[in-house]
Amino acid sequence: MDRPAASRHARTRRHVLRALGAGAVVGSSAFRAVAAEKVTLPFANGERPLVQFPQKRPLIVVTMRPPQLETPFDVFNENVVTPNDAFFVRYHLAGIPTSIDADSYRISVKGKVSTPLSLSLADLKQMEAVEYYAVNQCSGNSRGFFEPRVAGGQLANGAMGNAKWRGVTLKSVLAKAGVQDGARQVKFDGLDTPVLATTPDFVKALDVDHALDGEVMLAYAMNDADLPMLNGYPVRLIVPGWYGTYWVKHLSEITVLDGVLSDFWMATAYRIPDNACACVAPGTAPAATVPIGRFDVRSFVTSLRDGGTVPAGKPFAMRGLAFDGGFGIRDVNVSADGGKTWTSAALGRELGKYSFREWQMTATLPAGTHDIMVRAVNSIGQSQPGEPLWNPAGYMRNVVETTRVRAV
Amino acid sequence: MRYVHPLAAVVAAISLLAVAAPVAGLDIQLPPDSTSLRPGVGSDLAARQCATCHSADYVTIQPPGKPLAFWKAEVEKMKKVYGAPIPDEAIDPIARYLTREYGDGK
Repeated sequence: MDRPAASRHARTRRHVLRALGAGAVVGSSAFRAVAAEKVTLPFANGERPLVQFPQKRPLIVVTMRPPQLETPFDVFNENVVTPNDAFFVRYHLAGIPTSIDADSYRISVKGKVSTPLSLSLADLKQMEAVEYYAVNQCSGNSRGFFEPRVAGGQLANGAMGNAKWRGVTLKSVLAKAGVQDGARQVKFDGLDTPVLATTPDFVKALDVDHALDGEVMLAYAMNDADLPMLNGYPVRLIVPGWYGTYWVKHLSEITVLDGVLSDFWMATAYRIPDNACACVAPGTAPAATVPIGRFDVRSFVTSLRDGGTVPAGKPFAMRGLAFDGGFGIRDVNVSADGGKTWTSAALGRELGKYSFREWQMTATLPAGTHDIMVRAVNSIGQSQPGEPLWNPAGYMRNVVETTRVRAV
Repeated sequence: MRYVHPLAAVVAAISLLAVAAPVAGLDIQLPPDSTSLRPGVGSDLAARQCATCHSADYVTIQPPGKPLAFWKAEVEKMKKVYGAPIPDEAIDPIARYLTREYGDGK
């Protein structure tokens, strides 16, 4: 039985067109682009080149300029922490910084503050450091599976990643500056710029209570290393549990506002239907919208590929990962019979409520075709829908994923 | 007087710097954008208008089979919300080109 592409697990089929060889030189002077391989994402028009960008392994190219790069899904089976060189990349505007001097880099803190600041990297590193694991995920991760299809970056499931971030809390930076009475939002700008002066610069804002929650971070390290340039070197905003649109890269300006930012990127883009499911009937427009916020609950099988095989009649191990918007994963249930019966999986080591959580289980299947489904529940009881939810921008997909395997 | 080669001091200073202040900062070079739009009536016009701000794959990855209304909305969005200086009279030819090559062909 054929199922629509929308219900299939993301998988990649590699077509080796020519050998990678020694052509991929990543560096400041001798870079040559090598599109050695292609992958086909499991939806119509899903063929993509794999290209090696600086400080990255070959990644799935969504777009070249500005770069939007997706992580091949196999990476998520290798480690619960996503390596820096495999972490997805998403820019909006093609004026991206390619050379940053760490000594002269400054972050200004201004607006409704008592003491405007200009902070160097050294200043940040002298402050008390915090560290935690957090998933970053693009609002439009998995957009390519929407049915009917919608315009935008046509992503499979690889615009997400989990890293250990180290830096200082935004709260401590704002405490140094002194937030004045009447502050309502804090806006963030980075060094990336539009090509044309007429294009709205990418600037985002958080409500002041959120900005002062003691968790939002200015990160200068990612998995114990400098951030790769394409992930926001030298400092990016970490908004744990919230979609990547707020995680401003190459952070350069923090401005405390006494109003609400209503630029294109807050007032028009990155908005979801103003209802509990963030969804509307497929093909229709929402009556009212709000800015996108926290992740919904998601879970994946990572050890099996759609269309793959498992041994029949004997136990085999499966694993995968789950995450949510920061309440923490309570349970992961797996079905090997297309959703008729569900078994609770063993959860892996807890790396914090914002991290990927690994799960494992052992199953024994008779010969034949089986639909493996996975569904997570978080600590406040939120879970995943059995049927995909739809919205016009293609955000927040979190349907229960199905991976079809054949036991032989 | 002991002779010291004039370069010795420079060499010493450089090695000291190398220890005390490792290269601070990061430079990268992005791979060239080799994407392009399929040739056809209007492709030059489309390429000229679109390529200022983004690579051609912004167009070529979009879902297949979409109608003229989809592509026209995209071109108008580029003008109205992203500020692309697309002349009004160019919107329709670009949208028709995109629909013919990447949409439902009608």
